Amino acid sequence: MKLSWWKILSILLIFYTLFAGFLFKVPALPILHETIRNLYFHVTMWFSMIIILFVSLWHSIKYLSNFKMEHDIVANQAANVGMLFGFIGVTTGAIWAKYTWGAWWVNDAKLNGAAITLLFYLAYQILRGALDEEQKRARIAAIYNIFSYVMLIVFLMVLPRMTDSLHPGNGGNPGFGGYDLDNTMKLVFYPAIIGWTLLGVWMMQLGVRYQKLLRKKWNN
Amino acid sequence: MSFKKILLVFVVVFASLFASAQQMTSSSTSVEMADGLYQSGKIYIVVIVIAIVFSGIVLYLIRLDKKISKLEKESTN
Repeated sequence: MKLSWWKILSILLIFYTLFAGFLFKVPALPILHETIRNLYFHVTMWFSMIIILFVSLWHSIKYLSNFKMEHDIVANQAANVGMLFGFIGVTTGAIWAKYTWGAWWVNDAKLNGAAITLLFYLAYQILRGALDEEQKRARIAAIYNIFSYVMLIVFLMVLPRMTDSLHPGNGGNPGFGGYDLDNTMKLVFYPAIIGWTLLGVWMMQLGVRYQKLLRKKWNN
Repeated sequence: MSFKKILLVFVVVFASLFASAQQMTSSSTSVEMADGLYQSGKIYIVVIVIAIVFSGIVLYLIRLDKKISKLEKESTN
């Protein structure tokens, strides 16, 4: 079997992340110590989630413009993978918070925003499950999905920056961009984002192909 | 790309990473890092374990991909 180039690229980039992420030198910072390496694993989950959920949004808009069921399937599967990455992001974030901030969860704008965002996407799946008629479900889900992404931007990007926050990159708190002066972390961080995102797209594609086969089977 | 080529790329990437990691020296700052772990070389064990875990996930994905491709072929015929 021939594997698509982007699937191979995804595997290579993630293997690179696993090796370089543990072996490359990182800035020595108090409190963080070696946990700064979580940048390659925890933060990339969120970046990938935002990109994959954008794919979902894009296909929802496409669906509303031409009403092809294909777009509805892609939007749904992309939202699934995005949510998986989001839950992994919350879990890993909680572990990181426990050993740096001292608590699994703190009442922080960024953390609560992330939780609310995931609830929005959970509601998207529940909404889909509640509607039986295919066209109607696709249309309502597409509109709701657009609304969800707007809420994601508000809760993950806008609100945390308007208040004080412990989370790096928010409320006057510098992100890791301010720390990695030698740029070695960027050398791992950016490939890691691309690698994890491509892996997510791969998982999404498998879901889409499965759903299409299922549809074909039921239509025959 | 054939499997052998991919394997070759892996070996090259891993070898280059290994070489660059060897050149690293521990920092002289007072912040405690896992310097001992790196000096003893045992961090490689962790990296290898994680690489094996991820290899398993990738093999699973590739097998699933194959199975779906086969089903797609069958359903078009």
